[in-house]
Parts: sequence; C-alpha cells; structure tokens
Amino acid sequence: MKRTIALGAAALLASTSLASAQEVLNLYNWGNYTSPELLERFTEETGIEVTVTDFDSNDTALARIRQGGHGFDIVVPSDSYIQTWIEEELFQPLDPEIVTDRDNIAPQWRDVDFDPGREYTVPWAWGTTGVIVDTSVYSGDINTAEVILDPPSELAGRINVIPEMSDVMALAIYYHGGERCTDDMDLLRQVRDTLMEAKPDWLALDYGAVDSYAAGDFAAGIYWNGASMRVRLQNDDFAYGYPQTGYPIWMDNAAVLADAENPENAMRFINFIIQPENAALISNFARYANGISGSEEFMDEEMRDAPEIVVPDELVEAGRFGQACPQEVNDIHTQIWTELLQ
Amino acid sequence: MFNRNFSVSRLPGFGAVAVFTFVMLYLPIIILVTFSFNAGVSQAQWEGFSLQWYQAAFQNDQVRDVSIRSLWLALAASGFATVLSTLAALGTTRVGRFPGQTMIYALINQPLMVPEIVTGVALLILVAFLKVQTGYTGMGYLVAAHTAFCIPFAYLPIRARLETMDITLEKAAADLYADHWQAFRYITLPLLVPGILAGFMLGFVISLDTVVITEFVKSAGQDTLPTYMLGQLRRTITPEMNAIATLFLALSLCIVTAFFVITRKRGT
Amino acid sequence: MAEARERHGWKWLLCTPALIVLVAAASGPLMIVVAYSFLTPGNMGGVEWDFTLEAWFRVFFRRDIFDPDAITLNQAHLGVFGRSVLLSLQTTLLCAVLGFPTAWFIATRPPSSRTLWLFLITIPFWTNLLIRTFAIQEVIRNNGTINAVLTGLGVIDSPLQMMYTDFAILLGMAYVFLPLMVLPLYAAMDKLDFRLVEAGYDLYASRVQVLWHVILPLVKPGFIAGSILVFIPSIGAYVTPRVLGGGRTMMLGNLIALQFGQGRNWPLGAALAMLMLIIVVGALIFYLRWANREEARNV
Repeated sequence: MKRTIALGAAALLASTSLASAQEVLNLYNWGNYTSPELLERFTEETGIEVTVTDFDSNDTALARIRQGGHGFDIVVPSDSYIQTWIEEELFQPLDPEIVTDRDNIAPQWRDVDFDPGREYTVPWAWGTTGVIVDTSVYSGDINTAEVILDPPSELAGRINVIPEMSDVMALAIYYHGGERCTDDMDLLRQVRDTLMEAKPDWLALDYGAVDSYAAGDFAAGIYWNGASMRVRLQNDDFAYGYPQTGYPIWMDNAAVLADAENPENAMRFINFIIQPENAALISNFARYANGISGSEEFMDEEMRDAPEIVVPDELVEAGRFGQACPQEVNDIHTQIWTELLQ
Repeated sequence: MFNRNFSVSRLPGFGAVAVFTFVMLYLPIIILVTFSFNAGVSQAQWEGFSLQWYQAAFQNDQVRDVSIRSLWLALAASGFATVLSTLAALGTTRVGRFPGQTMIYALINQPLMVPEIVTGVALLILVAFLKVQTGYTGMGYLVAAHTAFCIPFAYLPIRARLETMDITLEKAAADLYADHWQAFRYITLPLLVPGILAGFMLGFVISLDTVVITEFVKSAGQDTLPTYMLGQLRRTITPEMNAIATLFLALSLCIVTAFFVITRKRGT
Repeated sequence: MAEARERHGWKWLLCTPALIVLVAAASGPLMIVVAYSFLTPGNMGGVEWDFTLEAWFRVFFRRDIFDPDAITLNQAHLGVFGRSVLLSLQTTLLCAVLGFPTAWFIATRPPSSRTLWLFLITIPFWTNLLIRTFAIQEVIRNNGTINAVLTGLGVIDSPLQMMYTDFAILLGMAYVFLPLMVLPLYAAMDKLDFRLVEAGYDLYASRVQVLWHVILPLVKPGFIAGSILVFIPSIGAYVTPRVLGGGRTMMLGNLIALQFGQGRNWPLGAALAMLMLIIVVGALIFYLRWANREEARNV
C-alpha cells in the first residue's frame, strides 16, 4: 500500500513538472474529431506540441470554459452556440497579423450569421443533418422527414434519433413549414404534437454508434451526413436523404479563448487549419466537409463524390444555414425538447 | 479446516448459480477481446484476425496518454482512499456509540448518495474557482475528487470485515501486555487484510469508472480513458478501445499472477 | 463531558483525514448545489443569483408551454422517479440472487484458491464502465450473441428486441454493480464460523433452515453493505441507461444530467438532485432501522 502511494505521488509530481519546457498548445475539441496527422504536421512545421482534450457536448464545453481556470487555448463549438460564446466575451478576436489567410474560407462561409465577418472563428468542419434509411427495409422516397416524424410501418419501432436539440427541432419546424427561429406558437404546438406522436415509434434517442446501424439495430434515423457515410461504407443498404421540406446545415468552428495561455500559438494553429491541404486532413479524418476553398483536391477520393457530402442539385435549396435564435425562442424550443426527452 | 467436511458448506444449486454468474460475467469480455483482433471496423461482424487495432492504439499518442493517466489516477486515488477508510473504519467500528457517529457515517457515505453529475457540477464550480485563485491546475484536484468518491466504496468492505472479526485474539494480545500499536500491527491488521484488499480493489475499479466527475474537473490535457471514450460517444467508438480494454485485462491478469507468485513464495 | 471527549477523541482523530477529504471534495461542494436549487436559470446554462422556488415547483408540477395557466402534476418527473426506484430495487435483487451463491461459492473454496476466485470477479472491471456497457450491447443486440444462439437453436424466428428496453438497463446495471454485492458478502462470509453451521445440521435443521436461520443472519452485515452499494449507484446511474436504454427511457441520473446539459435548467437539476438525495437518505434510514430491528429479533 505504501508503495502505491509513493508511486502515485511520484507520478503526480512528474506530470505537473513535465509540461512547461516546450512551446505548447491546448486544444479542446469533440472526441474523435481531431486528425492525429494534422497535429503531427503542425508540430513539424512550428515545433509547437499540441495536447487534445475532449468534450462530449456543447453544453459541457460552455459550462467548463465559463467557470475559468481551464488551461485551454482553442475550442471548437457548434454554430448555434457561437453567439453565446461571443456575447459572454469568451473568445478573443483573431489576430490579423498571424491569421492572415482568412480569404481561404469559402465565400458562403465567410460572412456567417453567427460570426459576421469571421472576426472570432474559422470553420473546422460542416455538415448536414438528414435522415438515414435502410433501403432494404423501406424502398419509398427518403428525401423527406416523414420517414422519421410520421414513419411508415416498416420503419416504426426501428428508428433512432440523435439527441441533439438544435438538429431535431430544426427538422421538425421545417417539416411544418416554419423558420428556424419561429415564435409562431400555433406552429410550435404542431411541432410538439408531431414529435410527441412520433416518439412511440422511435426505438432510441441515441447518438447510436455507426455500428448500431450497420449491425441492423436501427433501420432509419435522424443522423449526420459524415456518420451516415461511415454507415454506408460498412453496409451499403443504407442511404442518406435530404428532407425536401428543409434540413439544417451546421458548422463546428475553431476559436481562440479569451483567457488562452498560449494565444500566439493558438493563432498560428488557426491560420494553419485554414490552409487547404491541412483542412483536407480534418475532412479525411472526420468525414465532413471543411469550408475551405481548394481543399477538395487534397481530400480522399471517396469523399469527393460521396452522396452524403455532395448535395444533389435539386436539394441544395432545401438546406438552411444555422442561425442563433433569440433567448426567448430558445427557451420554448428547450421546453419542447425536454418534454420530448422525458 | 471446515472444508474437510464438505457437506457443511454445500448448498444445493449454489455452485450452478455461481458458475452461471461467472459465465455471464465473462461472456461480454470474451466478445470484447475477440473483436479487438478483428480485421474489420465492425464490432459485430468477424472479418478475420488482425493486430491492426493494437497497432493503431499504440501509435495514437492520445490513447496511450489517457490510458496511463487513468491507471495511475486509479492507483493513487484508491490507495489514499483505502488508507483513509481503514483509519475511519477503525475509528467507527466495534467502539460503541459515540457523539457525532451518525454524522461521520453520513459524511462518509455522502458521495455514494449523490449522482455523479451533481458532484461533477458542484466540483466544477468549486475547482474552477480554486484554479483561478491559486493558479494551480494540476492533477491534484482529480486525485482529491476521485479519492473522496472512492472512500465509501473502500470503507464498506473494511467495516464489514471488522464487524465480523473475532475480537478474542486482540483481547488475548492485550492480556499478553501488547500495546495498542502492537495489537493492531500483529493481530488486527493481518486479519483485516482481506477487507482492505477488497476495499482497495473496489476503489480502484470505481476510480477507473468515474467519468462524469472527471469530465467536469479535468483541465487541459487531463483526459482519462473514460472521458476520452465519452467524447467519442457522440461520433463513434473505435475498435481501438477494445484493444485498450484487452490490454487493461491483460495487465490485471499480470498483477494477479504476480500477486500469486509472491504469496506462494512467502507461503513456502 | 470533558472526560467523554477525551475518551472519544481518538475515534475522531482516526476519522479526521477521511472527513477532511470528504468535506473538501464532496459534501462542501454539494452545498453549492443546494443553493443553486433556489436560483433562477441563467442563459444557456448556469444560474442568475435571484432567489426563487420555481425549480422546486417544477419538480412536481408542470406548466403547459402553450397555456401557462394549465398546471398539472408533473407525471414525466414522477414517472422517472418511479422507474428509477423500481429498476434499482430489481437490480439490487438480481445482484443479491446471483451474488450470494457466488460469494458463498468463493468463500467455500480452499483458502489457497479463494483469492483467485475473488480476482476473477474483479478482472472484468479493469476495463472501464463504458467499455463494459458496450460489450453487453454486443451480447443483447438484435444480431448479438444471445439472439444468434436462440435463432441457431430454432427457439425464435425473429430477434428479441432487448436493446433499448428497461430489461437492457436492468441487465446492464446488474452486470456493472455485481462486484459491489459480491465483495462485501465475501468479506463477511470469509469470517463465518462454520461450527455454527455444523451445529445447525447437528440439530437436524434442513439446508433451507440452516441457510435462513444460521447463515443469513451471520452474513447480514455484508449483505446490508452490498445492497446499499448496489442500490444507491443504481438510482443515479447515468452511463448504463444512456447506452443500453438508448435515451428514450430515462432514469434519474439522466434526467438530472439533462437539466445540467441540453435542458439548460441548472436549478431544476439541482432541485431534482436534492429530492433524490432526500429519497435515498430516507430509504437508507428506513432500511438500516429495519435491518437493526430484524437483528434484534433474531438474537
């Protein structure tokens, strides 16, 4: 026992004193989202050692950073949360001296609603939220949210819905013809009723590892495009649909924290990931597009023409960019969502 | 001694249930180990033997770091918790009632009674405040948080052991003019070892499992294996995790074997 | 009084190190949560420092989103409470039914191999909770082991839906918490005086009588410890219901986590947590009283 304690204490000392010798950078990102190759290349180029720490939800990340004393330099939250981060002054503006290549950002991502003029953030990855269907089980039209919100009998009881409020609420609101941040109470009531009526037909409200689809636990679901692609690569019965009534487009964005300990290294990293050849590494790893012009040529072959990544022309229009809703609207959405989850 | 008379300790059906329990306990583990050698990505379909996930796990710095961090954090936390719990158990068991005893019980068992998420949020607020005030952001917070969480788990088996322990030997020692320390060192402690061992092992596995608290307390670069996996949950758990889990199992087997070799040697 | 303090001083002294850690890293921070349950939810999580009883109100009652005057009993919350208590009781029972014979089996092995068996119980737990839960998923999923075996034997035609049900949660929790039952039971049995068992048989007691009147009372401390160790973590379990229950059927731990996460209502989460704490402490006091009374009756 005594030896155990000594060992523990020694390890404790070792781990606290090791870090400070070298130039470092602390990245706070979604789990399994950061390409190791990307970090290696960055270290090679700059000599800066990157440590990645994971978060599992936007809410955890926000709560953690708000409280301070975290030691992180860069965080990668989703578009619908960015406004809160900026309003609470948790980010610092990007340094134009170091982040010189913001023009690499694809035009449609340059002046986004959640961060006008890209003053604080750059794209990490973006994707769509649509439906995934096992076409060997159901052969009807899959470009509709109906397969989930009012499912055919073949799919009922075999559906999984990702437990992400902004994605699911958006799909349901579009399904009823509303705007993302609608405060039309009649419409919202319909949205709630639709969701509550559909819920008994859902088997799970889970992130549902890619495996669960491939192994046949689920026959359909609301899912992200990149994850759906991974499913198809394992089981080609699965296809990804873009609901015609509207589907959300989301984006995760990298930003430098206001209380970053290594702001300069962080700015260098930001400029690094908006280089096309580096952004492509992010995409190849995570299977999502990245929003940087010219990165396509560095991407894996199977990414370039994947039906999950390249939106069919006739359905491009239906995609809606993320939008941060006013607090009072958000409150109503949250209430509907928690009612649904209970 | 009593085992010579087999029928005394034999209860019909108990052996069968025990065997069933062991089978159920190991069935998922066998599957997990098997699929760590799978050539494909799938965790459900066997696609041939391969060591690629082990290779991937070894090459992945993050996986290696979080595994090692988890191990020593569990060692440190359950080590501290076992020592503290043993002391507390000696202070509260077989000593008759004394003022404040109920409060001590309540405090010791409190971490058990609150879901991890609540302790996690509470600690987030407190620890973040301390980190800002003191500037110290090291692993100390995690060790303290894990220790506190392990104490009730370590305490209960030690206390259960003490309660069922025969005290005539200690009385005999006192009769032979052994002082408190000697009686403790040569009589109580050796008898207490199974309880302490159970407490330590419980604490160890509990610390390995503690995920929500760690998620909220950790600072930059302090991911443990469970928080690393929690982060993956939203996307996909890679078979590397099966490989890591298998390595943890192998490590536990090594420790068990070493333990047996040592005790055998001492025994002969 | 001073003499009493003198006499009891060493007991306190032995407990002090543990108490310091506990107060600093568990009970103390908990006071923050108590305070939070009386505050107003902040924007996107967190709290505003305005006193209100709204969170406690919302634990029990619900206002319709579209008709704020329609106040009904919050059946969703009560349902989650009911399910959590029920599932935790079932888990404890299942652990006891499997754990008691297993601990007995271990305790009656020759002393040299007992530790080996004990280690066998804990080895699976060297992998972490998430990994183990995913491993269970492989066993019970639609084309998992159990379904494959049953289909292979011709017992069933189409796979049994076990994943994402309460049964899956029960099975998963029993699996995860089993050693918490076996280890304390073993610790108590290991010191069992088998002469008493022998005496029981000498008096022509049947095996059932010996089990019920001799063995059970003797290993009771271990049993009490085990059931507390299983029941309480079960009721606040988060990971197992999330993975195996699929998020559709929630348990208390998930409901509370939801409020601190996507629900963004920290005060409500804090109030739910407090209520759960009150229930658990109440149950514990009731249980220990009952156990002590039983003991008194048996002696």
